[in-house]
Amino acid sequence: MAEATEEQVSYWELIKNGILKENTIFRLALSLCPAIAVTNNVKNGFFMGLAVVLVQVMVNFTISAMRKFIHQRIRLPIFMLVISGWVTIVNLVMDAAVPDVYREVGMYIQLIVAFASILARAEMFASKNRIVPSVFDGIGMGTGFFIALMIISAFRELIGKGQLWGFPIIDAKPLLILILPAGGFFAVGILMAAFNWVYAKYFSSGGHSH
Amino acid sequence: MDFGKLFELVVSSSLVNNYVFTMFLGLCIFFGVSKKMETAIGMSITFTTVMMISAAISWMVFKFIMVPLNIEYLMIIVFIGIVAGLVQGSDTVMRKVAPDLYNKLGIYLALISTNCIILAVPLSSVGNKYNFIETIAFALGSGLGFSLAMIIMASIREKLELAEVPGPFKGLPMAFVITGLIALAFTGFSGLITL
Repeated sequence: MAEATEEQVSYWELIKNGILKENTIFRLALSLCPAIAVTNNVKNGFFMGLAVVLVQVMVNFTISAMRKFIHQRIRLPIFMLVISGWVTIVNLVMDAAVPDVYREVGMYIQLIVAFASILARAEMFASKNRIVPSVFDGIGMGTGFFIALMIISAFRELIGKGQLWGFPIIDAKPLLILILPAGGFFAVGILMAAFNWVYAKYFSSGGHSH
Repeated sequence: MDFGKLFELVVSSSLVNNYVFTMFLGLCIFFGVSKKMETAIGMSITFTTVMMISAAISWMVFKFIMVPLNIEYLMIIVFIGIVAGLVQGSDTVMRKVAPDLYNKLGIYLALISTNCIILAVPLSSVGNKYNFIETIAFALGSGLGFSLAMIIMASIREKLELAEVPGPFKGLPMAFVITGLIALAFTGFSGLITL
């Protein structure tokens, strides 16, 4: 990310970086808990992803705006404070706005606090860059996570239930295992392998392995 | 105090509601540290200990400070602060008091604060209105469940090193599929105890 400290770096590159090169779930394998726990239907995945995008963008914005005032030695506690503050806000908003979804995903929204990816972006990017690039970096990373959640949940709901967002799509006997909790692990494993395969084939010259 | 209930709580939080396999928490640590048996055991011991202490402190802070002040909505911030402070504190104390132990387990301490189970335990203990002893039993059970998961996974992954896995599945994707199989087995525990 060293080149990103210059202003010439295009915002599109920042967003693309978050979605493809450093996709939180498929490439970095961070923040996996909600990727499995809340992805048994698209609606839950959508709101969970939305919450993460909001928190990531706002945290990047706040940290970047405060970066000149934060002393190096106490930066981690301050980052945690900012993150948990924004998570509390998003948590309360979700509770009020979409109560039926919140009942199922509420716990995982509270646990966004412990997301390594959000802290990592605050530390690696937002604390060293100006506000606008930081916000775009937040959008990129958040969107990457959001897209990953949508892919996983669409895959699981479509094959496990034959539905998307509650609407019936496929009129056949569904493969029930993908809706089961254990199915989440299978779905992520398979999709991660697919992502690795596509990435190795089209986006990088060298082979990739974790 | 009802020992039967406490025992049920330990069994249910370690087997029936295993955090890794049925609630999908702590996965980052679970996949990151379960490559070798030795590190898995070190992580399990450190984690269970820290979790019991942090759950106890969180319970007391919630009951005696936050409820009287009517600031329950700040619990995420307070609990994460407690965890972070505890990890930092035990890191310092352990380095001075027990350097041997620190050399063995110190590196796992730093990782703990990114483990979501450690935050989920106080949150759900507050949500379920457990009393102090129940909170400790719940934290112990959750820690044991996490340790069990780590040890199962580490012993499988050590064998997996020798297996031939298709290219794109190498590493994490394969670990996910295996975890799925174990999770499927763990659904067999559901209904063992209904609290």
